[in-house]
Amino acid sequence: MKLDSKIPQGPLSDKWTDYKDHLKLVAPNNRPKIDIIVVGTGLAGASAAASLGEMGYNVKAFCFQDSPRRAHSIAAQGGINAAKNYQNDGDSIYRLFYDTIKGGDYRSREANVHRLAEVSGNIIDQCVSQGVPFAREYGGMLDNRSFGGVQVQRTFYAAGQTGQQLLLGAYSALSRQIGLGHVKMFSRHEMLDLVKVDGKARGIIARNLVTGELERHSAHAVVIASGGYGNVYFLSTNAMGSNVTASWKVHKQGAAFANPCFVQIHPTCIPVHGTNQAKLTLMSESLRNSGRIWVPKKKEDAEAVRNGSLKPTQIAEEDRDYYLERRYPAFGNLVPRDVASRAAKEVCDEGLGIEANDTNEGVYLDFSSEIKSKGKEVAYAQGNHDPNEEETIKLGKQWIEEKYGNLFAMYEKITDENPYETPMKIYPAVHYTMGGVWVDYNLQSTIPGCFVAGEANFSDHGANRLGASALMQGLADGYFVLPYTVSNYLADDIRTGKISTDSPEFAQAESNVKATIDKFLNNNGTKSVDHFHKRLGLVMWNKVGMARNEKGLKEAIEEIGQIRDEFYKDVYVPGTSDELNPELEKALRVADFLELGQLMAMDALQRNESCGGHFRNEYQDAEGETLRDDEKFSFVSAWEYKGQDTTKAELHKEELKYEFIKIAARNYK
Amino acid sequence: MSAAKNINITLKIWRQKNADSKGNIETYKLDNVSTASSFLEMLDQLNEQLINERKEPVAFDHDCREGICGMCSLYINGRAHGPETGTTTCQLHMRKFNDGDTIFIEPWRSKAFPVVKDLVVDRSAFDRIQQAGGFVSVNTSGNTIDANSIPIPKDDADKAFMAAACIGCGACVASCKNGSAMLFVGAKVSQYALLPQGKVEATQRVQNMVRQMDEEGFGNCTNTGACEVECPKGISLENIARMNREYLKSSF
Amino acid sequence: MAKSALLKSSIAKKYWMALTGLFLCLFLTGHLAGNLQLLIPDNASAFNQYALFMTTNPAVKVLSYLTYISIIFHAIDGIMLAIQNKKARPIAYAKNNPSGNSSFASRNMAVLGTVILIFIVTHMVTFWAKMHFDKNMPLQTLSVTDEASGMKQDFYITTGTGQDKFLPVNQVDGKNLVIEGNKIFIVKPIKVEFAQGYKDLYKITLDFFRDAKYGLIYTLLYVLAMLALGFHLWHGFASAFQSLGLNNPKFNAGIKIFGRAFSVLVPLLFAIIPLYIHFSK
Repeated sequence: MKLDSKIPQGPLSDKWTDYKDHLKLVAPNNRPKIDIIVVGTGLAGASAAASLGEMGYNVKAFCFQDSPRRAHSIAAQGGINAAKNYQNDGDSIYRLFYDTIKGGDYRSREANVHRLAEVSGNIIDQCVSQGVPFAREYGGMLDNRSFGGVQVQRTFYAAGQTGQQLLLGAYSALSRQIGLGHVKMFSRHEMLDLVKVDGKARGIIARNLVTGELERHSAHAVVIASGGYGNVYFLSTNAMGSNVTASWKVHKQGAAFANPCFVQIHPTCIPVHGTNQAKLTLMSESLRNSGRIWVPKKKEDAEAVRNGSLKPTQIAEEDRDYYLERRYPAFGNLVPRDVASRAAKEVCDEGLGIEANDTNEGVYLDFSSEIKSKGKEVAYAQGNHDPNEEETIKLGKQWIEEKYGNLFAMYEKITDENPYETPMKIYPAVHYTMGGVWVDYNLQSTIPGCFVAGEANFSDHGANRLGASALMQGLADGYFVLPYTVSNYLADDIRTGKISTDSPEFAQAESNVKATIDKFLNNNGTKSVDHFHKRLGLVMWNKVGMARNEKGLKEAIEEIGQIRDEFYKDVYVPGTSDELNPELEKALRVADFLELGQLMAMDALQRNESCGGHFRNEYQDAEGETLRDDEKFSFVSAWEYKGQDTTKAELHKEELKYEFIKIAARNYK
Repeated sequence: MSAAKNINITLKIWRQKNADSKGNIETYKLDNVSTASSFLEMLDQLNEQLINERKEPVAFDHDCREGICGMCSLYINGRAHGPETGTTTCQLHMRKFNDGDTIFIEPWRSKAFPVVKDLVVDRSAFDRIQQAGGFVSVNTSGNTIDANSIPIPKDDADKAFMAAACIGCGACVASCKNGSAMLFVGAKVSQYALLPQGKVEATQRVQNMVRQMDEEGFGNCTNTGACEVECPKGISLENIARMNREYLKSSF
Repeated sequence: MAKSALLKSSIAKKYWMALTGLFLCLFLTGHLAGNLQLLIPDNASAFNQYALFMTTNPAVKVLSYLTYISIIFHAIDGIMLAIQNKKARPIAYAKNNPSGNSSFASRNMAVLGTVILIFIVTHMVTFWAKMHFDKNMPLQTLSVTDEASGMKQDFYITTGTGQDKFLPVNQVDGKNLVIEGNKIFIVKPIKVEFAQGYKDLYKITLDFFRDAKYGLIYTLLYVLAMLALGFHLWHGFASAFQSLGLNNPKFNAGIKIFGRAFSVLVPLLFAIIPLYIHFSK
């Protein structure tokens, strides 16, 4: 396998423009003769399908949900970054580019990230013209807020539902194309294999989840935009249906899988409540704009809080450790996610956790200071220059409610605690996966004609993603990159004609899928799919989670292999193949997670350094910060599939060259 | 906070093999349900129990489990998304129920939302309404005007956002005695009608979306207001009135 | 808009329901104002004059035809809506708790409307049809006792002026003076309308509610119908504004309060009249 990133030559800021100008085009009259499959309808998939449909290609879009509008991009809360510099705080394309590279701990490609920063402004323009109702100021201009890891306000938002509004914007564009007949939508369909003909991606096998029918769909190019693989941990902030299957099938067909160990653990999630828990809920990072994170200084206080004999509000100011503000004065509570998460784990490991669950893991996110200071500001603005405490707190709570009302309501629903009165309890949880299918500058995988976009690819976030950058990347890929690069690829296909689905390749792929399904249904084991998924998740969280070490990773590789063997022997999948069968769907997904999980551990094991979301206990500096090894590990690890036993996977390396910025230790102090 | 405890409940659940077969209510007993569990985690627990008993688990729609994707549904004890207002089923917690309770769980009932299996219904009618006009006809060019070149009054932007907060779950249809979809359509029409970008094609939009809505077989609005009460996102009836105005305007 | 959409579209149907409904509210107000005259004791003359005016004045005629059309349209449209709405949910919920999200009145508009429709039909048969078509509808008479002779003589009160205002009943002999409906004709030499009498709606009304056998039942049924009307208006009044798109937070509370006051007061006043008549005999 040869990894050619195809990064164009020339100065960084001209690369994309020059490259775009010289890409091949497909004339409008030829586009309807060309079929494109898009798998996934999140920000990347919906925007890609809509844009390609607009251009006149014949697009078939697939999602496993009942409607394209349900894709998990919808759950993104905080915002989307763009280098508009509307707030006049010195922002620029270069700064967004620099922040993203630095935030990613120097493990992403300069050219890709710069392109992302370049088109970020267009995304906002595009979305506003689509009718996305971003938050505005009284002057009618767009409002911004800050996010972790940056010192400017460049995040555009729509209350705590930015992902929803952006996805519904992309969904509306997609709906328009469906209505016009340019896109054919296949909801409740799951892609179960990629079909290659003559080495090129030429179609997929999809299962109609309602009838169970296996369908062959051919196309001249296939775009995978099926999201990330955080659900390998069982508990994560991903949707229940989020899965790696489409990406993994592509990987099995020969696409390299890059940086699988780079997983983002989000610092502000609601802690685990019990063993029946099915998923974790994120509290937007934007809350760190207003909340202060702390734990009790004394272990006895932490214990008293856990057993209910002490309330957090009773702990005196001097007995609280605002550990992020203490350790990182420059960025304080707004350090990047990986840093904040690890710090939370450290204080909890010291026995200072405050959540009354099995692990005691939880820290406080406290809004009382913000309530007071904002209350005072509002009172002043209303002409009251000497508000009493009661008025101040009342106004402050109103301010908080306007800004974060929906998040506070959600928190209260889940925990039954009122975060206006008592600090929120939070703890890190798996949230986003930076790794994914390896793609070149065109977002094309190592399989010709198979493009991968959004969270499903590995391209832009290095070892850690900054807040509000996932939405940016999804839409950048779908709206502003793929339409150019896919056309360039398809320019050679105008004479190909319709791809037949009667070829042996399709028949073979379909019969393979059928065999797998039949195997599960006839397995007649004793344990449910969830049983294995939970076990896998526990191993992943404990040994391939926030802090990793050689011993744990080796154990994980071993244990995951065992769970996988047991899974195939003993899983019980009820029902039949010709009906809506959620257990079968889960089984097919977990089978892929059981391979991926092992590969993640392999990847983490070979990366003998700490960077971004990948923290190896062996590689930290005296203050417990990540210790990168740029000499040896300034590369993208790209794995080649060599069979179900992923310990046999072969590692390829794409070296990362930093020509335009100087690599430095990441410092948020 | 009330400390979590375990309760025992009886479930009466609609079971239906597929769209063509007849369904009926089945009774299940479920013990040791933590009150800290969400309603869907309770159903997970039931399914685990059914699988262990070699019985067919209950099919229900769900995905994000944080109240935003709109995939979960369920008519619980006679109310869409259960007894708590402003809440999707996935955000409903078992602490709202008591030990010994009997809980009815039924699918959304609407001609336009046929049952697919058990508690799963087909809501693609909503997609088709959106396809009929729920968009601004702007192509992806990257050369649209600068996002700040048309100032939008904060009040309008906020109202548009509140309408756009609809998650398309269908609780409005399910709870309306007429099975009307007007809150859903009204919210979409309103979002665009309130923004300068959407005003340009307001006439065709409201005409096309209402026509599609009628074709799908939804009932008509009689302003009972049930939809507004049951809407997990608090979409206001004002949006239906705005759609009525827009439709009137578009008729002349 | 296509012409068919003006009738067929779900939203257009709402407009028609709202417009006809609100028009009928105006009608109710006018009707009530007239009926309230029944509460004034011995008010036959004024009431019957008013009744004649209402049945003959061209402007009122136009309004009354509009009212008939409104009632018919409101009813037919309402029935069609009810059928459409019924079809929209072929399978009912096994357990439903709609009182958690909506009012009784709002959920039962069709039932209440049907009750009111039945009432309107019987009401029209009892009074309106009699007034319009009953050839034997009695005309209002006035008994005058001559003080000197002690003789009693009955007079028709007519629309004529001066001497003609009062026409002795015994002069109408069927040869020289005839009465057709309420019109009084001089037959010879040629048939000429001489004056109009006043149909005695007042008497009919009082007799109806004071009927020895059924008066109480009629009164109670009337009151029940008004109760249905009250509930119908309780939801319907404000609902009409919503249907017409007139939902503005500034005025909503006002519309609601006015609508509720209207829905209580109007049926209540209507209902008081038969109760008064029946129990004051």
